[in-house]
Amino acid sequence: MKRYVYINDDNLASDIYCDNRISNRKYTILNFLPKNLWEQFSRFMNQYFLLIACLQLWSLITPVNPASTWGPLILIFAVSSSKEAWDDYNRYLSDKEANEKEVWIVRQGIRKLIQAQDICIGNIVWLRENDEVPCDLVLLGTADPLGFCYVETAALDGETDLKTRSIPSACMGIDVDLLQKIKGAIECPSPDKDIRRFDANMRLFPPFLDNDVFPLTIKNTILQSCYLRNTEWACGVAVYTGNQTKLGMCRGIAEPKLTAVDAMIDRLTGAIFVFQIVVVIVLGIAGNVFKDKEGRKLWYVQYPKEGPWYELLVIPLRFELLCSIMIPISIKVSLDLAKSLYAKFIDWDVEMVDPATGIRSNAANTAISEDLGQVEYILTDKTGTLTENKMIFKRCCISGRFYGNESGDALTDALLLNAVSTGSADVILFLKVMAICNTVIPVRSKSGTISYKALSQDEEALVCAAARLHMVLENKIGNILDINFNTSPMRYEVLDTLEFTSDRKRMSVVVRECQSGEIFLLSKGADETILPLTYSGQQVRTFAEAVEQYAQMGLRTLCLAWHKLEEDEYQEWASMFKEANSTLVDRESRVAEVCQRLERDLEILGVAAIEDRLQEGVPETIETLRKAGINFWMLTGDKMSTAIQIALSCNFVSPEPKGQLLIIDGKTEDEVCMSLERVLLTTRITESEPKDVAFVVDGWALEIAHKHCRKLFTELAILSRTAICCRVTPSQKAQLVELLKLCDYRTLAIGDGGNDVRMIQQADIGVGISGREGLQAARAADYSIGKFRFLKRLILVHGRYSYNRTAFLSQYSFYKSLLICFIQIFFSFISGVSGTSFFNTVSLMAYNVFYTSVPVLVSVLDKDLSERTVMQHPQILFYCQSGRLLNPSTFAGWFGLSLFHAIVVFVITTHSYAFEKSEMEEVGMVALSGCIWLQAFVVALETNSFTIFQHLAIWGNLVGFYAINWIVSSISTSGMHTIMFRLCEQPSYWITMILIVATGMCPVLALKYLRYTYRPSKINILQQTERLGIIEPQSRSSSDKDPPTLSVYEPLLSESPSATRRSVGPAQRFDSFQSPSPPDSTHTRKDN
Amino acid sequence: MNSSTPSSSAAGAGSADSTAPRRNSKRPKYSRFTQQELPACKPILTPKWVIGTFLLVSVIFIPIGVVSLFASRDVVEIVDRYETDCIPEALRNDKVGFIQSDRSKTCQRTLRVPKDMKQPIYVYYQLDNFYQNHRRYVKSRSDQQLRNNGSLQDTGPCKPEDNVAGGPIVPCGLIAWSLFNDTYGFTRNNQQLNVSKRGISWKSDREHKFGKNVFPRNFQNGTLKGGATLDPDVALSDQEDLIVWMRTAALPTFRKLYGKIEVDLQRDEIINVTLQNNYNTYSFSGKKKLVLSTTSWLGGKNDFVGIAYLTVGGLCFFLALVFLLIYLIKPRQLGDPSYLSWNRNPSGH
Repeated sequence: MKRYVYINDDNLASDIYCDNRISNRKYTILNFLPKNLWEQFSRFMNQYFLLIACLQLWSLITPVNPASTWGPLILIFAVSSSKEAWDDYNRYLSDKEANEKEVWIVRQGIRKLIQAQDICIGNIVWLRENDEVPCDLVLLGTADPLGFCYVETAALDGETDLKTRSIPSACMGIDVDLLQKIKGAIECPSPDKDIRRFDANMRLFPPFLDNDVFPLTIKNTILQSCYLRNTEWACGVAVYTGNQTKLGMCRGIAEPKLTAVDAMIDRLTGAIFVFQIVVVIVLGIAGNVFKDKEGRKLWYVQYPKEGPWYELLVIPLRFELLCSIMIPISIKVSLDLAKSLYAKFIDWDVEMVDPATGIRSNAANTAISEDLGQVEYILTDKTGTLTENKMIFKRCCISGRFYGNESGDALTDALLLNAVSTGSADVILFLKVMAICNTVIPVRSKSGTISYKALSQDEEALVCAAARLHMVLENKIGNILDINFNTSPMRYEVLDTLEFTSDRKRMSVVVRECQSGEIFLLSKGADETILPLTYSGQQVRTFAEAVEQYAQMGLRTLCLAWHKLEEDEYQEWASMFKEANSTLVDRESRVAEVCQRLERDLEILGVAAIEDRLQEGVPETIETLRKAGINFWMLTGDKMSTAIQIALSCNFVSPEPKGQLLIIDGKTEDEVCMSLERVLLTTRITESEPKDVAFVVDGWALEIAHKHCRKLFTELAILSRTAICCRVTPSQKAQLVELLKLCDYRTLAIGDGGNDVRMIQQADIGVGISGREGLQAARAADYSIGKFRFLKRLILVHGRYSYNRTAFLSQYSFYKSLLICFIQIFFSFISGVSGTSFFNTVSLMAYNVFYTSVPVLVSVLDKDLSERTVMQHPQILFYCQSGRLLNPSTFAGWFGLSLFHAIVVFVITTHSYAFEKSEMEEVGMVALSGCIWLQAFVVALETNSFTIFQHLAIWGNLVGFYAINWIVSSISTSGMHTIMFRLCEQPSYWITMILIVATGMCPVLALKYLRYTYRPSKINILQQTERLGIIEPQSRSSSDKDPPTLSVYEPLLSESPSATRRSVGPAQRFDSFQSPSPPDSTHTRKDN
Repeated sequence: MNSSTPSSSAAGAGSADSTAPRRNSKRPKYSRFTQQELPACKPILTPKWVIGTFLLVSVIFIPIGVVSLFASRDVVEIVDRYETDCIPEALRNDKVGFIQSDRSKTCQRTLRVPKDMKQPIYVYYQLDNFYQNHRRYVKSRSDQQLRNNGSLQDTGPCKPEDNVAGGPIVPCGLIAWSLFNDTYGFTRNNQQLNVSKRGISWKSDREHKFGKNVFPRNFQNGTLKGGATLDPDVALSDQEDLIVWMRTAALPTFRKLYGKIEVDLQRDEIINVTLQNNYNTYSFSGKKKLVLSTTSWLGGKNDFVGIAYLTVGGLCFFLALVFLLIYLIKPRQLGDPSYLSWNRNPSGH
């Protein structure tokens, strides 16, 4: 599908495509009600309640006034509809503001000011500096004579650096006044959401240029929501408008994620539903039998001899309505409220604010906080997530000579400085590549200092280091680069840039030295993509060793290379490159293929090693979370040795002899499978031992393992607590998440860059780090945090509390509904199984909505253990992970409790209010009060910490109960007129209440006490420890908290020889175990 | 470029996402609530507290139980079951036939007062196995019609006793239709014992639920005769038997107030009761009892509360003792960290 945009054609464009009206609204005024209701009723629970409510309209079967269901139902619907309506109204307002913003466009050859929503496809839009781009434009002209402009794309992809955009070559040199009259056609794909691609062609109509087709890329566009910066003006033609812009297409409603807790609640609801059906059938049959055997003898009931055809259904349906309360209508509202509060607590947490940047944590997805407490696997990115992503050039190896090995910093290495000042050709060439082969933009401030704006942290590090070594990148205007080496200026023209992609893992530039006219190809990239491209004679052994050595120190390595090009060789290639760049279909792979043709016969100049420091607190965080029983997988695009090194230094894997690394290796299917089997065998054997076994796999082997030995790999994934996957692509990361999810594990993916987005979206919980690689990951994620170390708090504190609270809240909701429902069922046995309701309408309605919802809502403030205790004993998370607090057996406990309490209330009420006191309204009210009293004490007993809110809610609710009933009792037309006053005057009422509470609670208290004291759970023990102020033997908790972790972390990064040996150890050990000479295999791969 | 209106760079692309990173950087405000650091009282179940609680409960419950039991025992109650005895022996194999016939149903009963009874002595009739709480029955009434004169036609829920040929029935519905119609006359030493029927119903019912200007109409005029008839010249608010009957009972065994005897009765006095055994409980084998009872602060004779209190109190005392013994014999230090073994499968619950 393609679209043709005719530039500046006022007649054609407007009606074919949509205008530039942005609409994020879900509803309009007209369709709001039907659409919203439809959405709400697509949930099973709501359908159920609606069915019940409709059945209640049939007065023959309804036990109570239909209001008892309709009231809460309408209330719940009103609440969620008005929330939706409010959100939609806000969206409407912000749309309106954007739509009515005024912009300059060209109409009939004249510049006009119109509202942004009236822009049509093909219109030429003029922007001034700092203007927001109103729709997707293809640039036609800028203030810059070379056709460049700068845009800030933060709103689009979260990256805060400025990006250069240029006008297509076709428009180069067109006069400003003529731009308004320009005519032409752009052939571009139908709107899509890929903000990194725009494969289109442009053709200008005469008189501007001949009928030549020019390729357009994303570089020639400025997209909606970007800002024009550092450029006086720019103009462009609108190609996508309104909701069809790249931004508009990206905007999508994410699939709502369902937490494990939600799934469990749904399962329990289903079970209750089945139970309810059974009860209804049993009671229905019993009711019909009673009716025929006994009921017809009750002359005062006057059963007709012949009933209508549906007669047999009447009693079961009555019981269905009577039991419908078993599934609490309030549970969804309560849970939604609780969940949004959990999310707020995360947003509010001052301890999760990054002190350096002030970035605070944010829960974008408010619905899945419980899942945080149930995480079993964390899949983490390395760069920027575990490390700071603050790159510093540390060492280098230039033509076989190592710099920086002694001092630890090449920039202060006297040898290197000496080589620079003496003008050693190798070193200078190396520095040139460092300074030129990049996409960095130097920005000169007013004071004359130069700062660099770079997309990649590596490039910035290299350029800065080159500048320190007197090779200063001074200026970059268009294609022209100015470099100053020891005050002698050099000028280069950049002919082509062969961009970096994560598949190519290298980038190159083709430059022409302006003085000599010579053309060079300068490349840099990962060793395994550069080293195989060397010309046949070069010895790469030293470089490979250098790479290996640096990688073992945890440094990132880049190989720098160059190649001199002949003029005709270049020209031939350039035309191919141009052609590849203008293909519409599959441009990326075509371009990559063409690039490959030029990037050959390289001469390796050297290896640069860049340090990426670990983020603060990473080892401690990982150690704590591993103690909490969470398994870590590291998924990185980096080299295996670097990855292993980082993994060791951040407690990911334990060093020998406690830990063991198993490498899955191989180039062919058989090799990989063999190796996988061996690893699996070892893992199985060592499983019983208290040993840390981690497997290491690279992207290549992973691909094969995933394709051909999926079963084995899955088994390994289940067995292994730790894994390091290096050299993996974004889609492989997502695949691994998928794999773990299929094994029914709760996964959390954490990352910071665009390459982590897919994994983050795939995982049960996605956490994004708002880091230096932009906010892309953070925006795709469910939670965004500033630093990796906040993950500890997010999981152990927020996740754990959320899980505990929801577990109580949901089970309690069922408890209270079952309680009142059981009483109704018991009552039906003494009311001739006829389906009479024991309670009146008002009570039934208010019971779920007011009396029992309020006290339990404060359980969202409950804390079973203090945050400090949890942090000290992260193992306690086990209770959440394995779902110990919400599962069928705990639920059975609550079920039993509600049955017991129902028996207590019913028996005591019917016996103490027997004979002359057995007036229907009174007895019903006594039973209801009994339930309210009991539930208050149940909440109190289950509450671990009483704040003022708990007291207010629990005891205030009791007061509220009486207040509401007194009010209702004073209304003379209500059924319960004077009842509550009457009861409150009777001593027997209060005596009955006390009896109910004591009988109901004493066994519960006794059981709880026995269990708490004689079979305590770990949570109980910690509660006792923390509250009785028992000081633990310090040896365990504190010793593994502070110093040792640091001591593991420090020496591995510095060059202590022991550390190096330790880190090599496991790998070597495995190598010897895995006989078919793996060192060779890796080297041969690099060498060829 | 011509002059234009000052361009604003405010975010307004209409996407909530675009503002997200900016909102992020706002520092959250510190408060004890937002940080979940509200001062909290965190009780734990120490043996001291739990044993203390159980002791306290037993200490409170046993006296209350004793007092309640005494109160219940103080109540003097005479119960006379008469539904079988009041049928001539010859006709006992067709009780329903008897009760539906036109024979004289007068019946003489003799009651002996076991203890002194202080006035007021309440006269109840007790029905067993009578489902006043049956769904068809309990709904079959019209509160509007009972309350005010204008709602005569308001007989919606009253089916099948809503209308007869002459128009709506007042009071309509099964409850009113099946009004209890046995009557009792008491004599002591051949002297009439006055039974007061004033004020046996709830005052609120007389004033608010049953209208002063609503009079019975077409009552018991249908083909099927139910229970008692009502005097069409007496307003519903004064028909206290009806008002009492219409307060339906929640249990199938219930007592309803018939009247009050406002003189004391001495021990061993003989009371003769002349009763009209009109009400049909025979079709469903229900029992009928005549009850004379005094009252206490807890109400009528009901040992349940007292016994329950004693039981709960006793059990609590027993539990307290057991807990104390366990505590003394097998003391267990709370929060002993040595129980914290963090292997992967803690066996706790």
